[in-house]
Amino acid sequence: MSSDIIHNEQHLAHADHDDHDHKPTGFLNRWVFTTNHKDIGTLYLVMSLLMFLVGGVMAIIIRAELFMPGLQLVEPDFFNQMTTMHALVMVFGAVMPAWVGFANWLIPMMIGAPDMALPRLNNWSFWILPFAFTMLISTLFMDSGGPAAGWTLYPPLVLQSGTNFAFVVFAIHMMGISSIMGSINIIATILNMRAPGMTLLRMPMFIWTWLITAYLLIAVMPVLAGAVTMLLTDHFFGTNFFNAAGGGDPVLFQHIFWFFGHPEVYIMILPAFGVISEILPTFARKPLFGYGSMVYATGSIAFLSFIVWAHHMFTVGMPLQGELFFMYATMLISVPTGVKVFNWVSTMWQGSMTFETPMLFAIGFVVLFTIGGLSGLMLAITAADFQYHDTYFVVAHFHYVLVPGAVFALMAATYFWLPKFSGNMYSEKWGKIHFWLSAVFVNVLFFPQHYLGLAGMPRRIPDYSPQFADFNMISSIGGFAFAATQLIFVGVILHCIFKSKVRATSAVWAGSRGLEWTLSSPPPHHSFTTPPDVTQNMVKHAE
Amino acid sequence: MAQHAEGSYYVPHDTKWPMVGSLGMIIMLASAANWMNGSAMAQWTFWLGLATIIFMLFGWFGEVIRESQAGLYNAQVDGSFRMGMSWFIYSEVMFFAVLFGALFYARALSVPWLGGSGTGASTNELLWQGYVPMWPTNGPGNLGGEFQTIPAFGIPFINTLILLTSGITITLAHHALIKDQRRELVTWLAATVLLGFIFLVFQVGEYKEAYTELGLTLGSGIYGATFFMLTGFHGMHVTLGAIMLTVILVRSIKGHFKPKHHFAFEAVAWYWHFVDVVWLGLFIFVYAL
Ligand SMILES: [Cu+2]
Repeated sequence: MSSDIIHNEQHLAHADHDDHDHKPTGFLNRWVFTTNHKDIGTLYLVMSLLMFLVGGVMAIIIRAELFMPGLQLVEPDFFNQMTTMHALVMVFGAVMPAWVGFANWLIPMMIGAPDMALPRLNNWSFWILPFAFTMLISTLFMDSGGPAAGWTLYPPLVLQSGTNFAFVVFAIHMMGISSIMGSINIIATILNMRAPGMTLLRMPMFIWTWLITAYLLIAVMPVLAGAVTMLLTDHFFGTNFFNAAGGGDPVLFQHIFWFFGHPEVYIMILPAFGVISEILPTFARKPLFGYGSMVYATGSIAFLSFIVWAHHMFTVGMPLQGELFFMYATMLISVPTGVKVFNWVSTMWQGSMTFETPMLFAIGFVVLFTIGGLSGLMLAITAADFQYHDTYFVVAHFHYVLVPGAVFALMAATYFWLPKFSGNMYSEKWGKIHFWLSAVFVNVLFFPQHYLGLAGMPRRIPDYSPQFADFNMISSIGGFAFAATQLIFVGVILHCIFKSKVRATSAVWAGSRGLEWTLSSPPPHHSFTTPPDVTQNMVKHAE
Repeated sequence: MAQHAEGSYYVPHDTKWPMVGSLGMIIMLASAANWMNGSAMAQWTFWLGLATIIFMLFGWFGEVIRESQAGLYNAQVDGSFRMGMSWFIYSEVMFFAVLFGALFYARALSVPWLGGSGTGASTNELLWQGYVPMWPTNGPGNLGGEFQTIPAFGIPFINTLILLTSGITITLAHHALIKDQRRELVTWLAATVLLGFIFLVFQVGEYKEAYTELGLTLGSGIYGATFFMLTGFHGMHVTLGAIMLTVILVRSIKGHFKPKHHFAFEAVAWYWHFVDVVWLGLFIFVYAL
């Protein structure tokens, strides 16, 4: 049998080139020089899990210091380094690479392609990141310590940073380059590598959400690069972009940063929307409700994300028309988001549901993410935001959308597809234990922070006034327990891959639909060597 | 055996170039950071890192060119390359958009606010009393001292004509390539390269004049910052574009491009047009207005 895949010259030189499941041998060839979408996906996911643990340790240090009023464990400056680094590591090192890892694994399998469109570029997109994070984290060991001005890097404070400053800026540049190259690859793959019959409106929601996410990344990562470049020249080369004495304006940085920053939150959450739209129909044994409206809602959210950035800056001083515009535009986002939540609930309505671990995390996502969405709506009200701004209410809000939001969706995705990736079933018992402990403690951790914020406790401080003591202690206990719970997650993953004796079938789940479930578990090295002909009944959301 | 409508897939195997590129990048950027922090050694390792990246680019593109010449790439691969280049240029557009955004923000909002308009009345009254907003400005602190600007209808206008002409010459080269007229192709392409380098020579002369005679420096307040950052990043892109043009000139001389198979040529031409359009924005908003 001859192949539909052309390899490069060295490989063509081998006469006996029939076996397609030839994984490269040796560590360097398999992992460092790889062009395989699954191996690169695995690299992304492993790095992301490591960064999740590193960022988690920083969060524990923060919660330990805040366990009681007064300064107990760390110096205030180190505390600031922890809040800054926790955010940078979690955003750029844990959540974003995790989604790119799933994109790498799933996009070729879901659209019927053998691999990504630009496999060499794919390798580079990943292999920049370990260097970038080594450089970023190494700043903690410099004489100046790590960056301590908050992940938002506002001038003039950030311009007072010492040795670490240039390293942080260049690390961000590297992460940006990686994200842009990864996104270019994802867009080219989705638009150019689909199997015959896989029309745009037959694509799974995960593909749609990633297509739009990749567009957002290409649009806003250069904006962040520009912003930190201006910081760099202000610091080292005497420019005055953010210095009023020179005619510049520190608020300009905030505008540019949040023009990146708001789409960035959708970069972290849109793929989560996609995953939830894959999982709920599988375990409700019903097609996704309102597929078309899901696509348009995703597009609308992406569009709106470009015109709402100044809701992060209501209190810095803006003309009244600006405050009002950004308030109304922000509130408008709840319309497409509401469409999505409505569709998820309608998907489950009258479904014959079962509650395996991925389904539990998906339902947990729908409920808890909605809480984060509603507190976002409160923050969008300009007048009210003057009270909430820079308090723990904001911290509670974005942790609700990111932890039981994005991170729960990542966990759901892990339980959902790990049997496909590894060929083994995970332990359902321990998966469920992991879910229930996570779901309880994430609320113990973050819910009290709403009250703290409404009562006026500011964010990013190592000490606080005694009236905030009780809620802080509850929150810290929730934090320690949530962190410990994640060790179960690591254990379940390792057990599933290396120890589990239960083999997964191709379909894995009783209600699974779509191309990725037609491949063996684990799938062959090149996903689809001959493109499948996609017919209507192979489409996930078909009736 | 099923046949794909587009022909067969192409999947390259292992590659060492990305790792070379990553190593070059970390050496270069870590050195740059150390250099900025005052380390004397670091400037040497900086150049080492840059050389590594250049070595990687030659190696990586060389491999791709060899595969392309060997006929391994089909229409689908070509399509992926085209999308890759278009979206890369889009990311560059967004990068310049930030710098233009900073310019517009300063001119339309923050400088007038410092002068007391809009919500800036108390800022002006209490902090910068007597500051009259204007453009160009080095701010109420008169940072960098008095300076003059470069008149639009001198060298910048000539440079505009040069870049516009180069846009025409590269299009003529493309038409010659499609008609398989290699001599015309090489001639028009060489003219484009030449125009690109003349532009750069003028630009360097302009910078020299700004620093030595006009008192206009990077430190001349918001005007100096936006002027040098916009024209500087544009100049870096022209440099890169001119190098890319030189590479495809050599490849044209070698006869690499076929009338129906010349993605690399088109990619460079797109890039050159992009650099051209950015310059038009610069000429209008930085020099003329
Ligand atoms: Cu926002």
